[in-house]
Amino acid sequence: MGIFALLALIFDFLTNFVGIVNLGGALFIGTGGYISGVLNSYFGLPLVLTIPIATLGGALISTLLLLPCLPIRGIYFAIVSLMYPLMLYRIIEALNIFGGTDGISALATFPNIWVDQYLIIAVVLITLFALRRLVNEDFGLVLRGIKDNDQAVRASGISITWYKTQAVFIASAIGSFAGAYLTHLYGWVGLSLFALDFSILPIAATVLGGMGTLVGPVLGAFFLTPLNEILRAFGPLRMVFYSLILVAFIVFKPEGLMNYFQRKYHQFEHWIEV
Amino acid sequence: MSQEVLVQVRGVSKSFGGVKAVNNISFDLVKGEILGIIGPNGSGKTTLVNIITGFVKPDSGKVFAMGKELTKLEPHKIADLGITRTFQIMRPYYTLSAFKNLIVPLYSPRVKRASGGKLGDRDAVAIDLLEEIGFERDAFVPYKLASALPQGYLKRLELARCLALRPEIVIADELFSGLSMSEIATMVPIVERLQMDGMTLIMIEHRLRELFRVANRVMVMNFGEKIAEGTPEEVMENETVKEAYLGMEAVV
Repeated sequence: MGIFALLALIFDFLTNFVGIVNLGGALFIGTGGYISGVLNSYFGLPLVLTIPIATLGGALISTLLLLPCLPIRGIYFAIVSLMYPLMLYRIIEALNIFGGTDGISALATFPNIWVDQYLIIAVVLITLFALRRLVNEDFGLVLRGIKDNDQAVRASGISITWYKTQAVFIASAIGSFAGAYLTHLYGWVGLSLFALDFSILPIAATVLGGMGTLVGPVLGAFFLTPLNEILRAFGPLRMVFYSLILVAFIVFKPEGLMNYFQRKYHQFEHWIEV
Repeated sequence: MSQEVLVQVRGVSKSFGGVKAVNNISFDLVKGEILGIIGPNGSGKTTLVNIITGFVKPDSGKVFAMGKELTKLEPHKIADLGITRTFQIMRPYYTLSAFKNLIVPLYSPRVKRASGGKLGDRDAVAIDLLEEIGFERDAFVPYKLASALPQGYLKRLELARCLALRPEIVIADELFSGLSMSEIATMVPIVERLQMDGMTLIMIEHRLRELFRVANRVMVMNFGEKIAEGTPEEVMENETVKEAYLGMEAVV
């Protein structure tokens, strides 16, 4: 749940504050997860080391992978970013490295349930408030400028590629942390880390929660993940119900819950004034 | 006026498909002058600006400025040298308020270098700059969202975005178009003041009367070629210009 919240956060951040539509959230999860898994299993590093290394290393690798695609915009970037996790999936499968299709198991897990539950909640909250603050700092304003009009930013003497790179690095660090966390939560790392779920569900959460609000996607994830589990009772029909709910939202409330409530709140305030 | 040449454009050409948008254009820009570029629609004026500022790479020809070959540089590097431009189609950062729009250029490496890291409060600098260019602070205009501003203010915001960079050369692409007469009347003194402050300007215009009032030199383009160059008076007397551009008015 916290993982999807983190992924939804970075999707919202990249899409609505930097103008990069990144559909490949699984890329961050996968690189972060595999790095921490490999470090823990092959080199025997403890958990407190593997997670930070995986966070930075995964961010570095993801950013390097996405770097050549940064000049392309909009839907084209979205498709390339969607391709990357699928590509890495096939590479690991074909070369049979890092445990191949079986994955690497028997990794270190968190010492007790308190750590693994509260750690992710703390990280989600810290990330949420850090990103909220970032987008109103001068650095964040440049990123929002790139989203609104990248040509004007270039005409202001600022390298947009450099700023986009920094934004992607921040986002992929968060995503890689989520991947490393997931690895140690299950004590197992495998190909499912590159699965489409990690790319699609955060987008659904963002649509549901409200684009461009940052807090909306977190709420959306907190709503969608339990729903996902409840719908499991329907078996294969789960995806159908799930899609129906999403379609309903896109058709009837495309602005998302958070924007809707914000608007209502402002109307309400105004009403009292008069 | 000293005759220090800032920008040299040498034989620049650019085609889009089969259309020669800019065909073998050469001119010099002298420090402190206002150079007007006029021409009918589609005569390649904006493409020329795009080439100078690096947004479009020419097929042939070169542009030099400040000892650098601009045609080899990225747009943001050219802006970093102090050559900045306004866009014909204004797209401010809509989600930000007017003064926050200026934070972006104020955050650029060029301004950081120029101020030696001691710019102080960027918000205050931005609001001062906007007030100078005609945003009434008392009416809280600088605090309004850019999406809520009318045309005239957007044009000013566009110009302010350039000025925030403390440029040496401003290339204004149709600064006066789409404005009412009274708005233009307030814009002209702003342009004149920029020149007095020692800035060099290239102005692309359709509003000939206002342009001829402020420009020192005018270049006329038609079908991507330079057909005349000289003082506003010389250009107005030129027969080819009359035929290509002003002649149409005589027919009407």
